Formats: sequence, structure tokens, C-alpha cells
Amino acid sequence: MGWILKFVDSSIGKKFVMAVTGLSLILFLIIHLAGNLTLYISEEAFNSYVSTIDIIKPLIRVAEVILALFFIFHIYNGFRLWYENRKAKSSKYKVNVSSKNSTIYSRTMIISGSIVFIFLILHLSTMWYAFNFGEHGENHSYYKIVLDWFSNPVYSMFYVFAMVLLGFHLNHGFQSAFQTFGWTHKKYTPFIEKLGTLYAIVMAVAFASIPIYFLFFFGGK
Amino acid sequence: MSSENLDLTLMIWRQESSQSVGSFEEFKVSVSPDASILEMLDELNNRLEKEGKNPVAFESDCREGICGTCGLVINGHPHGKIPNIATCQLHMRNFEDGETLYIEPFRAKAFPVLKDLIVERDGMDKILQAGGYISISTGGVPDANEMLISKETSSLAMDAAECIGCGACVAACKNASAMLFVGAKVSQYALLPQGQPERYRRVQSMVAVMDEMGFGSCTNTYACEAECPKGISITNIARMNRDFIVAKFKSQDEDS
Amino acid sequence: MIKLDSKIPEGPIADKWTNHKFNMKLVNPANKRKFDIIVVGTGLAGASAAASLGALGYNVKAFTYHDSGRRAHSIAAQGGINAAKNYPNDGDSVFRLFYDTVKGGDFRSREANVYRLAEVSNNIIDQCVAQGVPFAREYGGLLDNRSFGGAQVSRTFYARGQTGQQLLLGAISALNREISRKKVVLYTRREMLEIVLVDGHARGIICRNLVTGEIEKYSAQAVVLATGGYSNVYFLSTNAMNSNATAAWRVHKKGAAFANPCYTQIHPTCLPLHGGSQSKLTLMSESLRNDGRIWVPKKKGEPRKPNDIPEEDRDYYLERKYPSFGNLSPRDISSRSAKEVCDEGRGVNGGEAVYLDFSDAINRLGQKVIEEKYGNLFEIYETITGENPYQVPMKIYPAPHYTMGGLWVDYNLESTIPGLFILGEANFSDHGANRLGASALMQGLADGYFVAPFTVGNYLASEKPEMIDVEHPEFIASQNEVDDKVKKLLSIKGNKTVDEIHKKLGRIMWNKVGMARNEKGLKEAIEEIRELRDDFWKNVIVVGDGRDLNQTLERAGRVADYLELGELMALDALNRNESCGGHFREEYQTEGGEALRNDDEYAYVAAWEFVEVGKWNPHKELLEFENLKLATRSYI
Repeated sequence: MGWILKFVDSSIGKKFVMAVTGLSLILFLIIHLAGNLTLYISEEAFNSYVSTIDIIKPLIRVAEVILALFFIFHIYNGFRLWYENRKAKSSKYKVNVSSKNSTIYSRTMIISGSIVFIFLILHLSTMWYAFNFGEHGENHSYYKIVLDWFSNPVYSMFYVFAMVLLGFHLNHGFQSAFQTFGWTHKKYTPFIEKLGTLYAIVMAVAFASIPIYFLFFFGGK
Repeated sequence: MSSENLDLTLMIWRQESSQSVGSFEEFKVSVSPDASILEMLDELNNRLEKEGKNPVAFESDCREGICGTCGLVINGHPHGKIPNIATCQLHMRNFEDGETLYIEPFRAKAFPVLKDLIVERDGMDKILQAGGYISISTGGVPDANEMLISKETSSLAMDAAECIGCGACVAACKNASAMLFVGAKVSQYALLPQGQPERYRRVQSMVAVMDEMGFGSCTNTYACEAECPKGISITNIARMNRDFIVAKFKSQDEDS
Repeated sequence: MIKLDSKIPEGPIADKWTNHKFNMKLVNPANKRKFDIIVVGTGLAGASAAASLGALGYNVKAFTYHDSGRRAHSIAAQGGINAAKNYPNDGDSVFRLFYDTVKGGDFRSREANVYRLAEVSNNIIDQCVAQGVPFAREYGGLLDNRSFGGAQVSRTFYARGQTGQQLLLGAISALNREISRKKVVLYTRREMLEIVLVDGHARGIICRNLVTGEIEKYSAQAVVLATGGYSNVYFLSTNAMNSNATAAWRVHKKGAAFANPCYTQIHPTCLPLHGGSQSKLTLMSESLRNDGRIWVPKKKGEPRKPNDIPEEDRDYYLERKYPSFGNLSPRDISSRSAKEVCDEGRGVNGGEAVYLDFSDAINRLGQKVIEEKYGNLFEIYETITGENPYQVPMKIYPAPHYTMGGLWVDYNLESTIPGLFILGEANFSDHGANRLGASALMQGLADGYFVAPFTVGNYLASEKPEMIDVEHPEFIASQNEVDDKVKKLLSIKGNKTVDEIHKKLGRIMWNKVGMARNEKGLKEAIEEIRELRDDFWKNVIVVGDGRDLNQTLERAGRVADYLELGELMALDALNRNESCGGHFREEYQTEGGEALRNDDEYAYVAAWEFVEVGKWNPHKELLEFENLKLATRSYI
């Protein structure tokens, strides 16, 4: 097993961990979003979706642990890379031309990532906690929980803001993972890049639309 | 050719040695637009020497953009703002009269400043010494035409081999990563049939030394490719990543 | 008093090298590690020699003044490398390459050496391909060849326009492998400033550490010098800024004879001087002359722009003077003709440049065809000059490019100092009075990969594997010598910069020891160089400290040596009362203005033994042509 530790400790190994965990989280986001979209169908649809998941709770718990591990590796490695890379660049140039030779998304992964991380903590401690460990009375509705939280404008606006940055993060992260794996090709890479941007926009817009929908349109009610 | 001289303000990084703290020093120069930026510095140095002052230390050699010795950061761009040329090929006609130029050394922890604009880039050579070769001795090799290599493969290998090893990729990278340089070298051999026997061993030893030398890791901003004087493609980094990952999972060696 | 013994092996020319290799003494594999060899320079010759010697098992100490071995100026060679592979099936052979090279050198080279060069040329290509050098290939996967000047066959292997770069990176990769095997230790940023002789044999070198300024001593049983040529004596040349003659010159002053210093090659198609600040001249591939027409205005000091000058006011002088070869006349003729018209005051704006015009070719073939053929060269031109050569004619002028002369060596590449071997451009051996295109890379690698590994071993086989301590009196004496010189240079504190004096020397050399020479000019040059040398030692200013990174000090030491070497070049040119190859004496030309050789009196190598500054003993090595007939060089 020593080799795996050595591998993930190497420069390319660290990138590999970022890419593997990142791509997994990208897949997770699709599933998460699919579930969330039931909010748009009806209160019943959403509630029954969540209740259905409850039936396979033990399985979900296992998945959650794996997911948590992915998040932890991704976040830990991200911070570590950022810290080490800062050390490797001991000083900065007088004139900064980074906007001319790279995209803002690629340069700000640590910022977008950090904000999404803060969002994640908030999200877990509010919605996720309430869904899983909240007081569930007779007529409780998961939908109501969502509505309650998103009625708070500060909370909702932060959600929207975090989702925009998530979009930034994904826009770079998606194609970056392919580069890290070495999956590049003259013909396919431009497509991957476009797909990544499309994915990032869809995710950001779709996730951000939910708090907006609840805040301004009261969930359509 | 234009003849009106340009009056420029130069802010040049001065630093006694790797131990000392550096700062910018201001110089006013009047220079022919036909001169290269290094010739402008030659003239400035000649003036300083005449005044008994220490000239600005900077390195250059071939002045044709192939040896990779020169490397200045001019207004934030390694090798200046014009794409696909080395510092020595940057001519003053690309600047405006009255402009201020900030001239700095390549900055990276792995490139300590020796004096003024001269940095030590031996880390790059240490990487090459770790595996940037095909292990053959002189003599006893097969006839050159014994091995057929497609024009496409040969051309891709040449695209990678054109790297002049100047270090601009490291200088441009916000992480001071040397992966474009290393990727290009790894790719040249990984593409060619001659490089196959040591393909996976090579990439592992080169990356290991690259990590030891204090270069950062790649976060795929691709600033290196944008600033490279030879237009080396980031595809080479991808190829190195792939070979490295494959090497690690394929290798029967427990320790690597 | 030195004695020249070329040590050419007996037997028919085709067997000489094979027989010689068999007759040479060998060092037992287990004993090789007891010998240390110093290799100075990491260009093609130095890197390939250091790598090959290391691979054999010797302990090699390699030295370069660069930050890395990869920077050596071999890297800038563009065109290609010759070999007698005969892959295109066009009638090439070892003998033909030998013949072309001797003829190209105007019959002033040693037959046996040139034959060996042609013989090993094929091994070089094999070696380089095995190293992973990405030579150009055909669609079928085989190596591609192109043709080059001075040959009627296609024997030039190339890697785009960067053959030198790829070959050097290949040689450096071999060197890196030996470094990783700990058979070679590479000392970077070290400039060799003195050789150490013990009992008359080369036993070490003294270097200045260019970062700390420390004077360091290194000991070995043999010393190999591969330090390149001396074109920078002209100040402006196609050589790199740091290319210099110091290592060669310092060993010359310790007893190594210097051969044919007047043989210099002036390349006809370089970018001209644009102003006083210019630091070097850039070569443009000679292939441009295939489609470009060379001309100057008929009138002196023509003020009009080139495109405004009508046909009748233009002088296509090469086409006029050499109707059969026209713009494709040989290098030396083209260079001299350009000088002639510029001396008449008919150069571009009255200066030193002639037009290379593509408008006819563009009209005839279309811009697209020209773009495909020369696109990258046109781009380089535009980058440097800021002018678009598709619209305005290029301006070109000849520039010093290569020096055929160099330290004298015997067949084993050993100098007149036992144990000191000279490789590559630094020696005089293979190109006679003129070098053909794509032959410099061939010679550097031949010397390094396939000659020196044998001959250095042969020398060591008779030496005892004892290391001489670097505290030996001879080492200390040499170290003090270097130290004193450094101190002297720093103490003058005059008012003339090193560059100012170097530029002055360059003008003298260019005007009087350049493309065309005559007795009067050469005598003047000698006087002027002597005066300039005095001026240098009285009035030069070298700022800074000796114990520090001090680039002015580095340059000062090199210019001090040029000021002595320049005089020897003039002296040698004055001594050679004939014209041959790159050496053109105006007094000795045919009616048509071609070089007029004098085989009866000058079919020899002039080897100069240093006595004191400004004084040399001449020696002659007679050249015998047993296999080729001495003939007038003609390309008609």
C-alpha cells in the first residue's frame, strides 16, 4: 500500500486525487439536482421523493460516507495544493498580466472552492440536518422545510451567490479533470471544454433557481 | 526602418545576490526602435561601466531565440508581450515612446536570483539528468532506417522537442510549475519507439525529481502555453500525466 | 621548439582508420575508472565526447561556462548534418563525401582526417536516431534527406530548421545519462582560464567560478578541449554572445600550435547591421537564394526606396558577373561581391547591405508558394527588422560565421601538448580553407562520439593512473597566473569599456582581415591591433569585483585574448600569399576575380608556435594528396 500513499503525495498524484474526487462530485451533483427538481413538480412529488429515499436509508448512509470522504479529500488536497503552490512562487511580478494568459476560472479555484465549502457547511447544518435529524411531527413536509429556509432572503441570496461560484469552479474543474487524466485529443478536447461550460451553467442556473423560486415566487404558491 | 529614438523609463530589478533583498532601480534611456531589448541593456551597461557603476547583470547567448539562455519578465510577461519569441527577439519598435518598462527576473522558488536579472535554473537540468534520455552508449546501435517512424509521430515528437528549456513556463505559472517543460521532454520520448523500453520508468523518475526541486504543481491554468516562446502545447502535460498514472498503477515495483 | 607529426597511419586511405583502431593500445575495463578526463565545452563535440568517454568507464569532469550544457552554440545550427548513407540512391558514398569535403575545403585539409570523417558520418546518424533525435521523415517512415551547397547528392539529414538544437539535445541527453550514472560530473558556470602542464603533459585546468569568482583547480590525466571557434574576434558575427577563444588561446600560449588562423568563413546571407547598438548578426538560410534575386542600385547613395527604383536603375550584380550561377554562386564569391558593390558606395542607403528581392518569384509563383517554402524565414526576418519581405525586398549582408582554423591536431586529435586533445570547431582539422554546409555538425559529433573515445584511450594506455594533487606547484603557479591577470584587469580603471575596444577590434578585423585581404591592409591591421592592445591594457575599465558574478570581467579576459589572436590571424593571412577558400588575397586572383591558389608553395598547414605576445614561430605541415588530384575548385 505504500505506493498509493507515495502516488497521492506526488504532484501528479495530487492532481489525480483532485480529478477523481472532482469528477465523482460532478456526478453526484447531477443526481442531487435531479432530486431537487421535483420541487418544481409539486409539494407531494418532492415529499414522496424524499420519503422514498428514506426507505433505503442504510444504503444512503453508506453513500453519504463515501461522498463525505470524496469531499474531504477534494477539499484537503485543494487547500494543500494551494498552500504548496504559493510557496513554490516565492514572489510576484510588479505587473500582473494573468488575465492575458489564463482564465479567471482557472486562477480562482481556491476562492470559488472555499466559498462553496462554506456553503457546504451551511447547507449541511441547515437543510441536511433538518431533513435528517429535525423534529418530524405528524404532518411534516420536507417541502415546507425548504420553503422556510428559502424565505430568509440572506440565506437564499448566499445560496445563489455560492451557486454562481460553483459554476465558475465546475467550468474549470470539468475540463481540467480530463487534462489531468491525460484524456486530451485535438478533436475531442474542444467538445469536452464546451460540455464542461454547458454543465457548469446548467448546474449553477438550476441550483440557483430554487432559492430564487422560493424567495420571490414562494414556491409558486 | 524607423529612425526616431524612443525615450523610455526602465524599472530594472537589482539584487546583489541570492541572499540579499532586491528592489527596482530607475533608468532613463533613449533607444533606437531597431534595437532589441537586450541591445538596449547592452547600451545601458556600456554607459554604466563608463560611469564606473555596476552594469545590470543579465544572461543571453545566441540572441536568435534558440539557446534558451535569456529570459526577462517585461511588464509581467516572460519574454515580453509578443507571442512566440524569446526575449532576445523582442525589438524596441514594439514599445511606445515614453513608456515605462518593468524588467524583472523569472520568479520562482526553484529559480533563485544570482544577481539582478540572472536566475539559477539548474533544477530543470536535474530533472533531465533523472531520466531525460534513452539509456544507450555510443556505438552498437541499429541502422537509422531500421526503425520506421510515421511522419505524424516524428512530427509530434519534434513539436515537443522544440522546447528550448528557458523556464518561461515556470516563470509564467502562478504555481511555478515546470510541467510544460517536463511534459515536453517526457512526450518526445514517449511518442518515439526508441523511448518505449524506459517509458514508464522515465516518467516516474523525472516527476520525482521535479517534485523535489521545489516546483509547484499544475492547476491547469495554461499560462505556460500562452507565454511559451516556442508554443509548446499543454497536450504534452496531459501525455505526461497519463503516462505517470499508468506507470504507477502498472508497475510491479512495490516501492514506486 | 615544437615538432609537427601528423601521425597519419600507414596503408590505403580506406583502411587507415580501421587499422589504426586495431593498432591502438587499450585500457583494461577495470582500469578505466582509475583515469580522470577533463572535457571543456558541452557543445556537440564536447558533450558527445564526455558522454562517450563516461560510457566507456572513465571518470569525466565536464565544464561549461553556461548555466546548463544545453546552451552551447551548436544549438543554433539550422540546416542539417551530412552523412554518406546514400539512402536516396543517388550515387553517394564515403568516397564522394570525402571528395566533396576536400574539394570544398579548397584542398587545404588533411586527406586522412577527412576520409575518417566521411567514414564515421553514417554511424552518427544511427547514434542520433537511437537517442531519439526526431529527424524529418517521409510518409513511409524512412528518414528524409535534402541537398545542400557543394554537393550534387542529397545527403543532408535535418530536423526542421533546428538540426543543431536536436543534435545537441541528443548529445546532452547522452551526457545526462552518464551524469546520472555518476560517470560524468558536470561543472556549470565555470570558465577555463588556464591549462596546467606537469612534465610537459596536460594534467589539469584552472577555472573561474563565474558565480563566486573563485579560481578553482581541477586535475586529470588528459584534457579535451571542445570550445568552439573564434568568429567573435570580429565583434559582430553569427556566433553567440559568449562564444570565445579564451580556452583555446590560453593553451596556445602554453605550447599548443595554432593552425591556419586566417581561414574564416563569411556567410553571405545574414541580416545586416542596423545601428551602433547591434550585438550580433543573424543568419538567414542560404536556401533563400533559390528564389530571391540579389541587387543594388546602380547609382551611388541612391535615396529612393527599393520599390521606387525602376529596373533600369538596378544592378543584379551576381547575375551580371556570373551568368551561369547567378544568385546561386558559391558562398565566398557571393560574399565578396556584396562587399565590392558596397565598397563602391552602392549598398542600400550607401551602407553595408544589399537587396534580396522576391518580387519576381512572387509574381511568377504566387505569394502562397513562396509562403510555403520560406514562410518561417520571412517571419524571422519580420520579427527582427519590422519589415514585410513579401512587400519590401530583404536586406542582407555577409557576416563572420565559422572559423576553419584552430588549434593544430594530429590524426589522433592530439595537440602539440601531449594529453591535450582538441575537438570540433576548436581544431583546424577537417574543413581546410572552407567548410561546406551541414559539415560542422558532422565533424563535431564525429570527433566526440567516434574518434576521441579511441584516441584518448590510446594516450591513457601509456599513462600511469596517478592523480596529481591540485596543490602541486604547477597548479599553484597556474592559479596565481590567472589570479594576477584578474587583478590586473580590475586595477587598470581606465575610461574605455571592454565593448568599445572590442568593437574597434572588430572593425579592424572586418575591414582588413575580413572577406578580402591585401598586404597593405594586413600590415596596417597588425599595427592597429598592437596599438589597440596597448590601449586596452592602459585604458580599459572593468568595474566590480573579482570575487563576484562579474560579466564585464569575463568579457574583458576574452577581449584581451582576441587582441592577441587577431594579430595572429592577420599575420597568417599575410604569410599566405595565395587565395584559397575563405582566405581571399586581392593580389592573388584570376582575371575573373576567382581565388587563385598556389599549390607549389602553399599546400601546407601553417601552424604557429607562440613565443611571446606578438611573436610566433612558424611551422609547416605539408599536405600530401595521394587520393585526390589537386584541381582548381570550380562549380560551373
